[in-house]
Amino acid sequence: MDLTFSPSETAFRDELRGWLAENPPDPEPSGGGEEAHYAWRRDWQRRLYDAGWAAPAWPTEYGGRGATPTESAIYFEEIGRARVPLAANVLGLLLGGPTLMAWGTPEQKERYLSPILSAEEIWCQGFSEPDAGSDLAALKTRAVKHSDEWVVSGQKVWTSGAQYSKWCMLVARTDSDVPKHKGLTYFLMDMEQDGVQVRPLRQITGEAEFNELFIEDARIPDQNVVGGVGNGWKVALTTLMNERAGLGFALQIRLRQLLDDLIATAERKGLLEDPLLADALAELHVRCESVRLLAWKGLTDAERYGQPGPEGSLVKWLWSDTNQRLTELAAEIVGPEALTAGTDWSYELLRARGNTIEGGTTEILKNIVAERVLGLPRLSVGV
Amino acid sequence: MDFGLSDDQREIQRTARDMLSERSTPERMREHAQDHRSDDELWRGLSGLGWPGIAVAESHGGQGLGQIELSILCEELGRVLAPVPFLPSVMAAALIGEAGSESLKERWLGGLASGELTGALGVCAGGVAELVIGAPEADVLVLLDDDARARVLAAGEAEVENVDSIDPTRATGRVIAPAGAGEELPGDVSAGVDRSLICVSSELVGVCDRALSMTVAYVSERRQFGVPVGSYQAVSHRCAQMLLDTEKARSTAAAAAWSADSDPAGLAEAAAMAKAAASQAGCDVTASAIQAHGGIGFTWEADVHWLYKRAHLDAALLGGAKRQRARLAAILAARARGEGRDAAIAQSIREPAA
Repeated sequence: MDLTFSPSETAFRDELRGWLAENPPDPEPSGGGEEAHYAWRRDWQRRLYDAGWAAPAWPTEYGGRGATPTESAIYFEEIGRARVPLAANVLGLLLGGPTLMAWGTPEQKERYLSPILSAEEIWCQGFSEPDAGSDLAALKTRAVKHSDEWVVSGQKVWTSGAQYSKWCMLVARTDSDVPKHKGLTYFLMDMEQDGVQVRPLRQITGEAEFNELFIEDARIPDQNVVGGVGNGWKVALTTLMNERAGLGFALQIRLRQLLDDLIATAERKGLLEDPLLADALAELHVRCESVRLLAWKGLTDAERYGQPGPEGSLVKWLWSDTNQRLTELAAEIVGPEALTAGTDWSYELLRARGNTIEGGTTEILKNIVAERVLGLPRLSVGV
Repeated sequence: MDFGLSDDQREIQRTARDMLSERSTPERMREHAQDHRSDDELWRGLSGLGWPGIAVAESHGGQGLGQIELSILCEELGRVLAPVPFLPSVMAAALIGEAGSESLKERWLGGLASGELTGALGVCAGGVAELVIGAPEADVLVLLDDDARARVLAAGEAEVENVDSIDPTRATGRVIAPAGAGEELPGDVSAGVDRSLICVSSELVGVCDRALSMTVAYVSERRQFGVPVGSYQAVSHRCAQMLLDTEKARSTAAAAAWSADSDPAGLAEAAAMAKAAASQAGCDVTASAIQAHGGIGFTWEADVHWLYKRAHLDAALLGGAKRQRARLAAILAARARGEGRDAAIAQSIREPAA
């Protein structure tokens, strides 16, 4: 057991920290709405790209640094610590790229990877549907083959960044006569066509991170199938497995920063003298440290012993629950500001409600823990 | 970063698990608990393997290994609720080892390391220490006084009354120690207390782990409405929560054990955190185990209640979850005031130890 970083890992951290200190992003745009904000993040990714910091975990042959999982986690910790924005094309970098590296043809890798890295082409993820959320394999969007192209119709939801995207990682049903997991195919769909309409979905924070996609007779050339027809579930799992890796370390640091801010505020206001508030903050501290320890344990166990433990689902569950408790406690410590529209704390409070739903609801995570970690009998539901 | 055990540590864990599954069976535990007696044969067996002295310096007759190795044994013994005075003895040895004068170490550590002597650690308020685990049979008592000082007493120097705690797997006593009796520990008492907190935390991890595995086995087997009750989410999600609580306790206890051996500046905070998480998990996970076992869980025959009882004694030992969080809050406050780590630790040990 050794809870320190190796000299090369420390050097990696120092190099990145130094670069971030010398190359901060432009100030966040105050006007111009979400589009200006997105343009700012896109510009930031180009700078990361020019310096070779857009996706250190990608292999060097695809323009990354071939960073180890530990180094990649350090990367996200530092991005979080420096309070710089996430790269605009985060879904392409974290999900699309790695999925193509695992399943794509040489031609697909050649065509798509480089523009992901440079933010030239933005990617979005078309998985969830109105009637297929947790039960993803029940999705209904259909793709039918006509000569050398596929014609797609259906509806997708919770599609982050769709309005800025060139490509959509789309899972659609290509065979209705086989069990639901077997009739799916994974496509890369061009978003710039009449058959694809994007409608922003306003969320409880007032902003629109997500969209609905209305797809009607959209065309996808056959060479845009990823991983083979009928193999979509397996390919989608690769995407989903990448969803929680990496990014979790930025979120974990963000949680730490929020807690440190809250403790500092409580100290300034003399509220740490209040035993109940002190107890609540100490409990959050224990949880926050547990998130950090479990996240690192999961990552390094997988790196060293090739077997990730049960930590993945536990970390996401504990993190999301802790973030909600923390942002709710802020109302009592920070005071009226925390409940005033437009403040950082009120945004955090409202945004945190999404944490226990997005990327696997807490209820689904508990099912995963119960069935796959503890080996409890499966819930008998339709399959 | 590496959270894994070394080959040697894994070997210690495997040996302990094998030995205890053979020689500390549930039947044997129950028998000794009901008769209120220690398992002397088991104690001789584990003493023969050098367990009580695993973290005692070689110069004092121990194996000279670290807190990680000691924590491995605490967890394994906790898992089987071994009716032996291991925990109180190693806590007494930790205090004497960290804070004792050479002559105190000379006098006591060899016997504690070999298992020929046993010890106990109590928290004194007004000269009386309540519910001191292992006190009735202890040869040496370490008492933490109100002023965060500690003293060592030989068995005859204090009055010990037998007290029946809710957990009969270990003897407990009320210790009455006249002011001035015994010899003060001149050194770093807080480090000894922190190591003791880690030992209890590790024992609680073992208790939680056992409670969870018994529960998973039971709810997978027990059928109602034609299906195993563990297939209902009301039950399976409770089990998932038990795992989360256990893993929080496990990871914080492991980090604290590592701190004790490799990062002394972080020890106070890590130990308080481990004990906070483990005390909470111990009480919650064992309570959940009783609930998930249904009516059976409430019976004397089902072994879950022993886990609940042990968890509560351990949780209260040296301060429960709320006391530990109060200590953590003091550390956080000092840090927020910019007083730095050393000041924070100094602040935390000015708080009473329990």
